Amino acid sequence: MIQLAWLIPLLPLIGFAIIGLGGKKLSKGLISIIGCGSVLAAFGLSLGIFLELHGQSHTVKMFDWINTGSLKVDFSFLVDPLSALFLLIITGIGFLIHVYSVGYMHDDEGFHRFFAYLNLFVFFMLLLVLGSNYLIMFVGWEGVGLCSYLLIGFWFKNTDYNNAAKKAFIINRVGDLGFLLGILLIYVLFESVSFATIGTMSGNAEYRQYTDLIGILLFIGACGKSAQIPLYTWLPDAMAGPTPVSALIHAATMVTAGIYMIARSSFIFEYAHLTNEVIATVGVVTALFAATIGIFQNDIKKVLAYSTVSQLGLMFLGLGVGATTGAVFHVTTHAFFKALLFLGAGSVIHAMSGEQDIRRMGGLRKHLPITHLTFLLGTIAISGIPPFSGFFSKDEILAGAFEEHKLHWVLGLVASMMTAFYMFRLYFLTFSGKFRGTEEQHHHLHESPKSMTIPLMVLAILSVVGGFIGIPGSHLLDHFLNPGSTGHHVDWAHEALLMGTATLLALIAIYMAWTVYVKRNTLPAEKEENMSRMQRIIYHKYYVDEFYDAIIRKPLDMISSITYRFIELPVIDGLVNGVGSSVKWLGSTVRLLQSGYVGFYIFAMTLAAIAMIYFTLIN
Amino acid sequence: MITASLIGLPLVFGLLLLFTRGEGVKRVALAASVITFLFALFAFWTLQQNPADPNLENDSVWIASIGVNFHVAMGGISMVLVLLTCLLTPLIILSSFRNQYENPSTFYALISFMQMALIGVFVARDGFLFYIFWELALIPIYFICLLWGGENRGAITFKFFIYTLFGSLFMLAALIMLYIHTPASDAGAHSFDLISLYSAHESMTAAQQGWVFWGLFLAFAIKMPVFPFHTWQPDTYVTAPTTGTMLLSGIMLKMGTYGLIVWLLPLVPEALETWGPLAVVLSVISVVYASAMAIVQQDFKRLIAYSSIAHVGLIAAGIMAYTPGKTGTEGIAGAVMQMFSHGINVVGLFFIAEIVLQRTGTRELGKLGGIRNVNPLFAVLFLIILLGSVALPLTNGFVGEFLLMNGIYQYSATAAVFAGLTIILGAVYMLRSYQSIMLGESNSVTANFGALSGNEKAVLLIVCAAVIVFGVYPKPLLDLIQTDLRSLTLLMAPASN
Repeated sequence: MIQLAWLIPLLPLIGFAIIGLGGKKLSKGLISIIGCGSVLAAFGLSLGIFLELHGQSHTVKMFDWINTGSLKVDFSFLVDPLSALFLLIITGIGFLIHVYSVGYMHDDEGFHRFFAYLNLFVFFMLLLVLGSNYLIMFVGWEGVGLCSYLLIGFWFKNTDYNNAAKKAFIINRVGDLGFLLGILLIYVLFESVSFATIGTMSGNAEYRQYTDLIGILLFIGACGKSAQIPLYTWLPDAMAGPTPVSALIHAATMVTAGIYMIARSSFIFEYAHLTNEVIATVGVVTALFAATIGIFQNDIKKVLAYSTVSQLGLMFLGLGVGATTGAVFHVTTHAFFKALLFLGAGSVIHAMSGEQDIRRMGGLRKHLPITHLTFLLGTIAISGIPPFSGFFSKDEILAGAFEEHKLHWVLGLVASMMTAFYMFRLYFLTFSGKFRGTEEQHHHLHESPKSMTIPLMVLAILSVVGGFIGIPGSHLLDHFLNPGSTGHHVDWAHEALLMGTATLLALIAIYMAWTVYVKRNTLPAEKEENMSRMQRIIYHKYYVDEFYDAIIRKPLDMISSITYRFIELPVIDGLVNGVGSSVKWLGSTVRLLQSGYVGFYIFAMTLAAIAMIYFTLIN
Repeated sequence: MITASLIGLPLVFGLLLLFTRGEGVKRVALAASVITFLFALFAFWTLQQNPADPNLENDSVWIASIGVNFHVAMGGISMVLVLLTCLLTPLIILSSFRNQYENPSTFYALISFMQMALIGVFVARDGFLFYIFWELALIPIYFICLLWGGENRGAITFKFFIYTLFGSLFMLAALIMLYIHTPASDAGAHSFDLISLYSAHESMTAAQQGWVFWGLFLAFAIKMPVFPFHTWQPDTYVTAPTTGTMLLSGIMLKMGTYGLIVWLLPLVPEALETWGPLAVVLSVISVVYASAMAIVQQDFKRLIAYSSIAHVGLIAAGIMAYTPGKTGTEGIAGAVMQMFSHGINVVGLFFIAEIVLQRTGTRELGKLGGIRNVNPLFAVLFLIILLGSVALPLTNGFVGEFLLMNGIYQYSATAAVFAGLTIILGAVYMLRSYQSIMLGESNSVTANFGALSGNEKAVLLIVCAAVIVFGVYPKPLLDLIQTDLRSLTLLMAPASN
């Protein structure tokens, strides 16, 4: 089965080709079957491989890709526990979201286009995690960026959406440049880009001085894809895409590619101590920063987007403090509950005829019972209440932070507390109280079709029990990912204390949210005038977008435009034309010497002869 | 004789076209160029069977008194460029089918003559012959631009002609300087043969080598062009008929980059050590500067013209960064790959600009929009070519760009950081163009865009197929040039070895 690993990405690629080429000629039913079926088949294969793997790693070579001089890059795949786990997440959740999309996108005229892009995305995402070297990973890495661009701007008649798509692609390319330079440095040092080769060499003392530089360059790439400070601003805007896209690409899979890349590069980061500190700090600051913004957003998808940025920050904190398994664990559970929350939000938006502002919602519990219950379970999971999945994975990261750096632990704890607060704020404003929308919306309220609610239910179950793959004491995930290791021994009393603190804080946060939004029935301010100054700054996301606009985009445009107008045209081209016209001037001036007067010619000849004699004598 | 016939074939076809009358001339031209392409494939096949096949080389005395031979040969790098030339010529002819040209016989004959000269440049192994073909290539394109060009074509074409001619004269001087330093034969004659020219530097001072270096570099830099010798290019590209623009950007500029590899790098090693870094700097400036200029362009054709300068700058930087003993040959391999890819992609992009102009009457980004609503197929084909141009992995542009960046990085990490800005800036101006032209609501200008004709579809589909095929499987091209890369390494190996 493992030798068939190449089929896993190929299946969705075939799906893309059929749907893409067939286009509108195919019926929606057929498109749904091909789109979902190809991913389901890939899931089946991934599951088979997962069960067959037993902690080993295999390389499956397809063909020589870029071979020239001493550079050899194979198109080949690496199947090991880490990639197998990601395969399961991508194909499993990918399949559920495909099914959900059948219902969600049913009335969209771009139905076929949507499924073509979605399958293409799954293909690239699978390449990203299956690549056996950095270059194949980079192929997937940029490929998912392309799909993200296409899907954010899916409704391409809308200029705002197109701008959001363009922004996502360009900011990601900033990160990609860092990643590419990191790959080049790796190649220059190790003369290889293959994980296996580098892994055996990176421990040598001669490379130590470079590991931090490589680490930082790779981390710049991770910051772009996984939306960390300073490259996070594209992700909230990316919510312009259809909601299943937000769930699949901008929550469950693509944005975790940065975590995967760093976990995959453990042979570098093991020795990059400074970089690890940077990663931990950037992660925890992003977690905190995005959480504060999340508290003040009123768009249901924006809240979830900032929550994603914040949760990704926690994962990076985990990576930075050496809790790699914890970070990967959190990727897994986050994929469950965040996909669930986004799909739930999609169901709400669907029912509300496109409304996304939570101030216009309320009381949806009665009308959308399944969406409500599953959303609640997801909210509890993300808030870190035991024994739901998010609790255990977050706990593992925070325990790692506690050992490494107490301040990081405190900040991570605060970020988690804020998460519980804004998530329950979101939940209460959406589902409890009275309906605040229009009469017409009220009339239309309905539970979503089965194709949408069944994925919600499956994801809800996973969000509830998913944590058991890594509960303290069993460490299933740790044993799977690191077959040789005996697992770290923790002091039970110690661990219990940490868990107790986190749980208590989460409960306090939930109580606060309940007090504000249920008991006192407060609504977020409609007008900016009613906000305090601090609130207003946070509501405007600290004006970071405006800041970037002012220091990067506008200066770039201005410098280019000034250079074009005042240097390119008058100076550089002017010089060329100047040479041309001076030759012309010289010609027309010298031409006057040919006056036709014989006397003048004789005079000139005599003068020249005298000059020649004079210079000959002098020499 | 294969290589020599490959030069002769378009010449004969050109003469034939000159005397073909009537409407059918464009079809005859297409058929002729397809035959040449098939013959080029035959040459490719022969080369793969046996790289040392004597049929691929032709060396006969031409002007004995000054040591000039008609020496042509087909190595891997030459083969890639000949394939590019012979693949693009039919595409360029096919893409011109919609236009009604006055005097089509002359028009298509000139294209064929141009093809002849270009092939000659890529296979010549004699300095004098190289120079002859180099200048011959200028004549047809001059007339194409002058007779069928757009507004203000007289002045702009004149400037283009004089500027490039000015550069080539320096090249001629440099070649003669090398020539007089070649070891004389028993009869006392020196030789223009490339192999002799390669050894000329042994009897030259560093200063003399410096003059040769700049003479050659100037000629190549103007042709490509590289900053600050580029200002003829945007005007010429915009004014020339799109067929001419395609010939110029798709094939002709590769004369410059090809020249750098074969006719500059191995010739004057000491000067390369002294002046190479400056050439790299100029090339990297080209990348950043031209990208910045592209960002503020409103005319899509002019925007592509600037983007072409940026791409060529990266190629030039990758070539000039090659330092035996310090860097590997990745940069050169990348340059060859990227010459091929850029040729295909830029022809695709200029064709898109032409299609848009023909149907809407404008190329102004601000006036267009929403074509995707009207013609989704066109939108997809444009997107694929665009992705090749911004070097997305699994498109042809990525392989070249990665190898180029690799070579530049090995030379200097700082240079790579600046050159790498093309990854970001390229996305900025290309996505901006795509959005302005294709996305959004369609307006009165674009609403009646209509469907693509069969010919248009054929050209764009072939271009798109090449974008993907060579991105996924670049092996045939890369394998082809390995022998040449090894010879280059040996040729340029530091004397101490």
